[in-house]
Amino acid sequence: MLTRLGPVLTIALLAGPVAFGLAGTILPAFGLLPVLGGTDLTLAHIEALFSRPAIFTSAALSLTAGLLTSLVSLTIVMLFVAGWSGTRLFSHVQHLVSPLLALPHAAAAFAVAFLFLPSGLLFRLISPELTGWERPPDLLIVRDPYALSMMAGLIVKEIPFLLLMTLAALPQVPLTQVQRLSASLGYGRVAGFLFGVWPVIYRQIRLPVFAVIAFASSVVDVAAILGPTRPAPLALRLVEWMSDPDLSMRHLASAGALLQFAVTGLALITWLSLERTCAWARAQVATRGWRLRRDASMRAASLLAMVLASGIVFAGLATLAIWSVAGLWQFPDVLPSSFTLKGWMTALPRIAAPLQTTLVAGLLSTLIASILVVLCLMNEDRTGRKPGRGALTLLYLPLLIPQVAFVFGLQLFLIYAGSLATLPALVLAHLVFVLPYAYLALKDPWRAFDQRYDLLAAGFGKGRWRRLARIRLPMMTRSILTMAAIGFAVSVGLYLPTVLIGAGRLTTITSEAVALASGGNRRIIGVYAFWQMLLPMTGFAIATLVPALIFRRFRGMQV
Amino acid sequence: MQEKGLFLDRIKIVLGERVLVSTTQHVQPGEVLTVMGPSGAGKSALLAFLGGFLGSAFTARGRALVDGVEVTALPPEKRHAGLLFQDPLLFPHMSVTGNIMFALPETIKGRRERRRHAEEALEGVGLTGMGERDPETLSGGQKARVALARVLVSAPRMLLLDEPFSKLDTGLRQQMRRLVFEKARESGLPVLLVTHDEADAQAAGGEIVRIGE
Repeated sequence: MLTRLGPVLTIALLAGPVAFGLAGTILPAFGLLPVLGGTDLTLAHIEALFSRPAIFTSAALSLTAGLLTSLVSLTIVMLFVAGWSGTRLFSHVQHLVSPLLALPHAAAAFAVAFLFLPSGLLFRLISPELTGWERPPDLLIVRDPYALSMMAGLIVKEIPFLLLMTLAALPQVPLTQVQRLSASLGYGRVAGFLFGVWPVIYRQIRLPVFAVIAFASSVVDVAAILGPTRPAPLALRLVEWMSDPDLSMRHLASAGALLQFAVTGLALITWLSLERTCAWARAQVATRGWRLRRDASMRAASLLAMVLASGIVFAGLATLAIWSVAGLWQFPDVLPSSFTLKGWMTALPRIAAPLQTTLVAGLLSTLIASILVVLCLMNEDRTGRKPGRGALTLLYLPLLIPQVAFVFGLQLFLIYAGSLATLPALVLAHLVFVLPYAYLALKDPWRAFDQRYDLLAAGFGKGRWRRLARIRLPMMTRSILTMAAIGFAVSVGLYLPTVLIGAGRLTTITSEAVALASGGNRRIIGVYAFWQMLLPMTGFAIATLVPALIFRRFRGMQV
Repeated sequence: MQEKGLFLDRIKIVLGERVLVSTTQHVQPGEVLTVMGPSGAGKSALLAFLGGFLGSAFTARGRALVDGVEVTALPPEKRHAGLLFQDPLLFPHMSVTGNIMFALPETIKGRRERRRHAEEALEGVGLTGMGERDPETLSGGQKARVALARVLVSAPRMLLLDEPFSKLDTGLRQQMRRLVFEKARESGLPVLLVTHDEADAQAAGGEIVRIGE
């Protein structure tokens, strides 16, 4: 049976690269790398790692970034949902924030950078009137040594992700009843939500939160754009060693990847104890019966944070777009004094190849992921069993392990197999990250489908594939295209797997854009960032418009 | 075993420790067997067993034969069980004719011929000329009649009705009851009706099995 192959293939395609990748990362750290003649077990590389300058500062930066990013974005989302869910304002903000989910991390980071640079839009708006600056000051606002701007770049991107995850979990709680009940007992809106609803929701979004911690503690692309340089966060330094022409640096990189693994692990363990502390504190407050009725300022603050977070990205994106067509743009002018397409003309010939790779890798990995996800879900229907905790954790595995820690090992394996920098290898690497998101996107709509349609069609003598093609897939067109759009957006945004597996020969819009970050040509960066924004948005536009167009005659198919 | 109609041969459906249904029945072509019981008694389990979609939590023994063919040994799509649920469940992405043509057996070939069959089926339920309509624009009663026409053209071996009238309002309900049973008699189909409404059982006029009491 083909559907039985679904979960088998999915698990193999997820666990295989992760397992091989981890092995390929860990073994060289202890000296074992047969390709380079490493056959003896040694701790020398680990020692070499620790004698690197400021290695612990790098590790500490990564650890703090992982924890603070998650803490701040989760708190904002939690308070915002607590204070505003069910109001009309809530759905306005939700619509404002949702499109940001599709935006690659790198593009959001560029947006933050272009807004907050001393010569960025923000200071142009207030200069020289408020600041007195006639020329951009030499201030390290972006790339500050404490990685605050890097965390800001991460936070504005994780807020939409956590908000959408929370919204997906929300229908599973009797929100209105709990709100009414706690209000009638005299509890404030936020308190009622935190005591009555949040524990249930948090259980649902725990794995996504862990994924945020793992990502933020090992981030490379955002670090390359917004992160500090001396020293850089751990993962960024690792990538430099990995791409060092001196091949013996690979041992050092491996040892570093092991350290990264430990750092992310420590971040997750710290988070677990934080969870307990918070649960304990909540229980203390709840048993004391504190009503916490005066929560207006808390509600206002959470709303402000939400609007600010998305406002920063939108303003930054607008700045990027203007830069891409800017002629002369002197400080402190708010707008360029002339416009030119020179940036576009320069970038276009260079952009064709990466654009093609982005599209092919994105479409292929999305197509394969979509087929596998549908097969998995069909198999769940057939057996009547949902995947257990173990299977779900496995599905999340590529998102919970720091990317550097296994993609690097995967790269070594691919070198060994002679298939590094080939399209199939790149598609496979992207698939590892596209699959989990595709599954998450489709599972709830798939289960919400009224099975009786399928039974009816079976009664009409139609076999399962016919039923799938004629009834279920057409009826679920919107959900399936949305899943594909999410998968494609994930693929477009992938930086590290593209850099390591593409090995500089296969590049995408995102890997090229990040590579441009150090160069500082704002017009070209503007063009690349524009494409980064355009591609995923196009995917979502297709997912919305195509079903509306195909089924325009049928009212039951409209949202 | 070459008897006409639906033969339920020592069927026993168990959920955990609880025996939901245990019965042997014979339903003649055009006749109705009504299964009655309060909600949660598992009366739909018998219907699901016959249709081939009984949940894995249940265990079932026995077999069902229609006109001598052991349907419970076949996969769902080969059983040709005509289903009617509480909701009409018209496929929302097909026109009314599209819905009916989807249900028509493949043995009826040719676009024009299939269309003719579909139009006839609509005439039979008093919906002449409604074929091109979007099912969502029909009234509740019209939808129910399209659902009936659709199941009848699919050339089923038997009709399995799961509270098909319970969501219709009173006037419409009597009308639909009459229409459904009349059509079943015309087509000589054995019918299994699951309901908790005494009036349904009265109108069906056949034997009644009560469960869960």
